[in-house]
Amino acid sequence: MSNWTHKDLLALEDLTAEEIRLVLNTATAFKGVGERSLKKVPALRGRTLVNFFVEPSTRTRTSFELAAMRLSADVVNISASASSLQKGESLKDTALNLQALRADIIVLRHSSAGASKFLAERLDASVINAGDGAHEHPTQGLLDVFTMQEKRGSVEGLNVLIVGDILFSRVARSNIHALRKLGANVTLVGPTTLVPRDFEKLGVKVAHRLDDVLESADVINLLRIQHERQRKEYFPGLGEYISLFGLTKARAARLKPDCLIMHPGPINRGVEIDSDVADGSRSVILEQVTNGLAVRMAVLYLCAGGAGLPS
Amino acid sequence: MKTLRITNGRIIDPANGRDEVADLFVVDGKIADKPAGDPAEVETIDATGLVVAPGLIDIHVHFREPGQTHKETIASGARAAAAGGFTSVVCMPNTSPAIDNAGTITLIREKAEASACVNVFVSGAITKGLKGEELAPYGSMVNAGIVALTDDGHCVQNHEVMRRAVEYARMFNLTVLDHCQDYSLVGGGIMNEGEWSLRLGLPGWPRIGEELIVARNILLAELCDSPIHCQHISSGGSVRLIREARARGVKISGEVCPHHIALTDDTLQAFDSNYKMNPPLRTQRDIEAIIEGLADGTLDILCSDHAPHAFYEKEVELDQAPFGITGLETELGLFIDILVHRKKALSLNRIIEMYTVNPAKLLSLDRGTLSMGAPADITLIDPDREWTFDKEQSASLSKNTPFHGWNLKGRAVRTIVAGETVWSV
Repeated sequence: MSNWTHKDLLALEDLTAEEIRLVLNTATAFKGVGERSLKKVPALRGRTLVNFFVEPSTRTRTSFELAAMRLSADVVNISASASSLQKGESLKDTALNLQALRADIIVLRHSSAGASKFLAERLDASVINAGDGAHEHPTQGLLDVFTMQEKRGSVEGLNVLIVGDILFSRVARSNIHALRKLGANVTLVGPTTLVPRDFEKLGVKVAHRLDDVLESADVINLLRIQHERQRKEYFPGLGEYISLFGLTKARAARLKPDCLIMHPGPINRGVEIDSDVADGSRSVILEQVTNGLAVRMAVLYLCAGGAGLPS
Repeated sequence: MKTLRITNGRIIDPANGRDEVADLFVVDGKIADKPAGDPAEVETIDATGLVVAPGLIDIHVHFREPGQTHKETIASGARAAAAGGFTSVVCMPNTSPAIDNAGTITLIREKAEASACVNVFVSGAITKGLKGEELAPYGSMVNAGIVALTDDGHCVQNHEVMRRAVEYARMFNLTVLDHCQDYSLVGGGIMNEGEWSLRLGLPGWPRIGEELIVARNILLAELCDSPIHCQHISSGGSVRLIREARARGVKISGEVCPHHIALTDDTLQAFDSNYKMNPPLRTQRDIEAIIEGLADGTLDILCSDHAPHAFYEKEVELDQAPFGITGLETELGLFIDILVHRKKALSLNRIIEMYTVNPAKLLSLDRGTLSMGAPADITLIDPDREWTFDKEQSASLSKNTPFHGWNLKGRAVRTIVAGETVWSV
């Protein structure tokens, strides 16, 4: 078993398969903590974590906040609208101020790709990337492979479909890197405008007809269609998108009986996924949320220099 | 009568097809064929082992005066030019306010006269405020002394406006320089669209965004029978378009910046804004096409696109950082090192040609030659000198360069303007 040597978690592209397995194993131990009635361990007692969310998020921020609290860290939440960024202070200066207040860990969500790397290179504090533009969302990638591994025993050899708005998706990129490193077969599915062929250079397959690849899937991960940030020229409309790429009841019926249905949330019921399918027995969408907490506890613990797993 | 004698150098003067070891004389700031005045007062520079070239010209620099003098002033920019071997530069008009009227031009020329150690030529805006809508008053701008037109940093999107600009400019014998960027195709792109933009999740700036405007300019140059010069070519496809058009006799030309042949788009994985420029770094395939274009004469001018920015302005999230890098002090070294020494694609004579007679011809400047009676702007070059670029030693006010610490072979060692040494190693 390798040791964790990173101050930060910025991108799964930077990690080895061994390091990813270390996070997953650590998360398994922490998941047990979450099942107890007393859900708190003292691992990060006395440490300060700042949730610095320059882009809105509820799920990820809450998950990091709970993870830190369960590790006994002190937690402060800062959102863009409440920060000095609104007054024109640069990201670097805001972060240096947080460091001057002796924050030990900064969890950053930012709309600019590379923003967490930018901070990590300039701060002594650990920086955890909670999503940087369309680049990576490493803890989401980790919790997705954690969920697959937990359900299927191993990720190696699984046929994983990632469906939707790949071009603008940091979740897709983190999933691609983690899944490739762990030996899964990845197929990206979506309209040609949102799934450029050049993605094949990342070691994945590209498909533009969901119906052709549906039956081979061991896992189908549906990405949110982010119409609020889409430019209208990428696809003609939600109706056509649903007809071509939506996981409708009819399509779900053609999936393998044990195919896992995943979604990073928040879901658009009736768009990328049919409402009943989202709530059905093969859906592990809410388990992903539960696992996210364990994975984030593991990441915080490892980046803060934790040694020895909780018993 | 004051005489300067540069002895024993290899004189390379492409304008006159001259390449020989000989002495060069300067009398009263002009090139002469023999000394004049008191022989005891002749100043001698030993140029043994050096190349004696016409003073180099960079037709694409951004000196930030007026308006952004914390990045660069005319004086500091001129010092950086001299330190790079340049005796003449052409300033781009995207200052604040923009150079779109006679008053601003006069101000800059007066400032340059008073403070610049090299010749500072001024280009004027194609459109008022660089907005791409209404033509600037070229007539009064010519009278005030502009040598070219460009909206550089911006690109006139309306083809009718561009057509009339090129037609109207012909009346004044003005060449239009164009920053080729189609806004609808490029959108918010900040790096080459391709494998690396997908990996990094950064908005792509596709080649076609440049190529479409290059093609537009070819058609307009043909229609108006008037020259258009495409600035900072980055895409291999643009090279092909220009090559085909020039073969047909179209008055189209293109220039190359050193970063577009020295660096590729994978450098952006560091998310370092010193690799962010417009147009962006592209791929090895583009580099090869550009070098081929330089070798066969399709692209015939070299320049820097010297674009100084303060450290704090560049040290922000990559997508929010301004485009551009400094370049005056590294460009000659990079081109000699890459094109002459490493790739062996071009001779030093061709490099000098593309920095002297070619830009002088394009913009009708009375520079770029060592002809008798010409202004004695001279650059001494040691093509084999090995050196390391240290941005902390730069004469520019800004240090935004990806070439800090690069070891290069070949550089200017002395810069002479009108017979006076303004810089030497």
